[in-house]
Amino acid sequence: MISYIIRRIGQSIVVLFVVSFLCFGIFQFLGDPVLTLAGRYATQEQQELVRRSLGLDKPFYVQYAIFIRNALRGNFGLSYTSQVPVMRMILERFPASFELALVAMFIALTLGITLGVVSSLRPRSPLSRAIMAGSLLGISLPTFLVGILLILIFSVWLRVLPPFGRGEVVRIVGRWRSGLLALDGLRHLILPAITLGLYQLAVLLRLTRGGMLEALAEDYTRTAWAKGLPQRAVIFKHALRNVLIPVVTMAGLQMGELIGFSIVTESIFQWPGMGNLLLTAIYESDHPIIVAYVMFVAGLILFINLAVDILYGILNPKIRYD
Amino acid sequence: MIRRLLRSRTLNHYLRDPSAVLGSFLLLVLLVGAVFAPWIAPQNPYDPKVLTLQDSLLPPIWMEGGRAPYLLGTDDQGRDILSTILYGCRTSFLVAFSVILIAGTAGSLIGLLAAYYGGVLDAVTMRLADTMFSFSTTLIAMLLLGIFKGGGIPLVILAIVLTDWVRYARTMRGSALAVKQEDYVQAARAVGASNFRIMFRHIIPNAIPPILVVAAVDFGAVVMLEATLSFLGVGVPINKPSLGMMISQGKRFIYAGKWWLVVFPGSALISIVLGVNLLADWLREEINPRLRKR
Repeated sequence: MISYIIRRIGQSIVVLFVVSFLCFGIFQFLGDPVLTLAGRYATQEQQELVRRSLGLDKPFYVQYAIFIRNALRGNFGLSYTSQVPVMRMILERFPASFELALVAMFIALTLGITLGVVSSLRPRSPLSRAIMAGSLLGISLPTFLVGILLILIFSVWLRVLPPFGRGEVVRIVGRWRSGLLALDGLRHLILPAITLGLYQLAVLLRLTRGGMLEALAEDYTRTAWAKGLPQRAVIFKHALRNVLIPVVTMAGLQMGELIGFSIVTESIFQWPGMGNLLLTAIYESDHPIIVAYVMFVAGLILFINLAVDILYGILNPKIRYD
Repeated sequence: MIRRLLRSRTLNHYLRDPSAVLGSFLLLVLLVGAVFAPWIAPQNPYDPKVLTLQDSLLPPIWMEGGRAPYLLGTDDQGRDILSTILYGCRTSFLVAFSVILIAGTAGSLIGLLAAYYGGVLDAVTMRLADTMFSFSTTLIAMLLLGIFKGGGIPLVILAIVLTDWVRYARTMRGSALAVKQEDYVQAARAVGASNFRIMFRHIIPNAIPPILVVAAVDFGAVVMLEATLSFLGVGVPINKPSLGMMISQGKRFIYAGKWWLVVFPGSALISIVLGVNLLADWLREEINPRLRKR
């Protein structure tokens, strides 16, 4: 087990290096940082000064080594447009994105598993059919359309929920401001969280239902019924428990997709998170922000995948890594 | 031939599955509309000569202020919504078919070679596939298009292909690995069939059904991805029709109550994806009868 974990960490580090190399290549060969930093009307000497101060006169591998050394310290340079350290900009926006993703994942997991179990118990009942039709609609609706339709219904027509922004936030620790502790902040969270969570909800629902249908037909479930165990025990202790492992694993592996969709969600609801920062950076060709965002997100996803893998091994004694 | 088709089990299952019939109906209507858009659309919305600003932001014809020929109303440029939708569907189908064809072929070949030859090739491609799979396809395509700007529709197709081949490679590799151990493949090898012949005559035909299912599910995903990229402003260029861009431009007017700018293109988009997904569900069950609804 320990050797497996070490090997997986090693693999993650290799992937991070590959990503960093790609980022570095993009950073170097697209756009001219000298022109951007020195200004379009700089003289030849001024340009040379900037080039040397950035280390751009050194060979490629030396530059890459410098890039890695700075990256390890969390230093990805200054934003072209605002001249602020980009890592600070990203960390400032992280809480907003994190809370949105957390609430969305919570909605997806609780509702997805509950509805999945309900629809598996009587697969042919009208309720189950309605749930399945709803889940098909859920995976057929693009995230951005869900967001706009929710705004149209709840903000424009019914006027019950706010369509953009984060609302009132409360400071917890340092720079971390939370919208979860203020009523206004929670009201602002509802529509974006549903938008972001709906697709995951549908995926987890279908996965739970499929797993439950299989588990309920297994011999051990039949034995449990035959023993005269109460319905609750059979469904939750015998059937659902075996289904939860792949469902939770899937939820963990979907984190990458969740981050992708959070960019879309944040853009629709003008949510002050990292995704919106990335979009602005793309429009303005602000490469340091793009690079820092990619490295940050890559590290995050690799860490989550690693954690899921290890948890999977602990939860499922049938798996032995060697 | 026709009699055999009429009596076949596949057709029978299809006709008894109302959601599959509904799915293909939705898809067929939009496909015909998209293909024949230049002939049936009331207006060419990308010909500036026919647009008049006096006709901008008209509501659908059944509402007060709506007028012919603008069946579903007009946008802020005076473009007929119905015509723009038909032209936008053309882009959706063009991108989706191209991506499925290119990514499907390339991905399947990569998966096949990885499974057949194994070793370093297998290790490297599958590690790459795993890594790409754990990142969001939306994010990767968005970054590619955001960094290399201005490539038009071909670049959109390329960016989606680069994120999408992974699904096919994994599926093909799985099937090929399973089939490789079968007796008939071993027998073919024993009688001296070439690698090429074994791969194309014995392994591929067996791996086609799962690839078809993946392609059907993928079609909807690609349509959604193209719309999302265009919605974010990094996809199809602004002078080309696209459902995603229509919705993004219409969003500015929903607070003013101009819901038709968003709801109609949105419905078209949902119809394509839902239609494909309904068909894909049927195809999956047809190919893998164990999944048949209990």
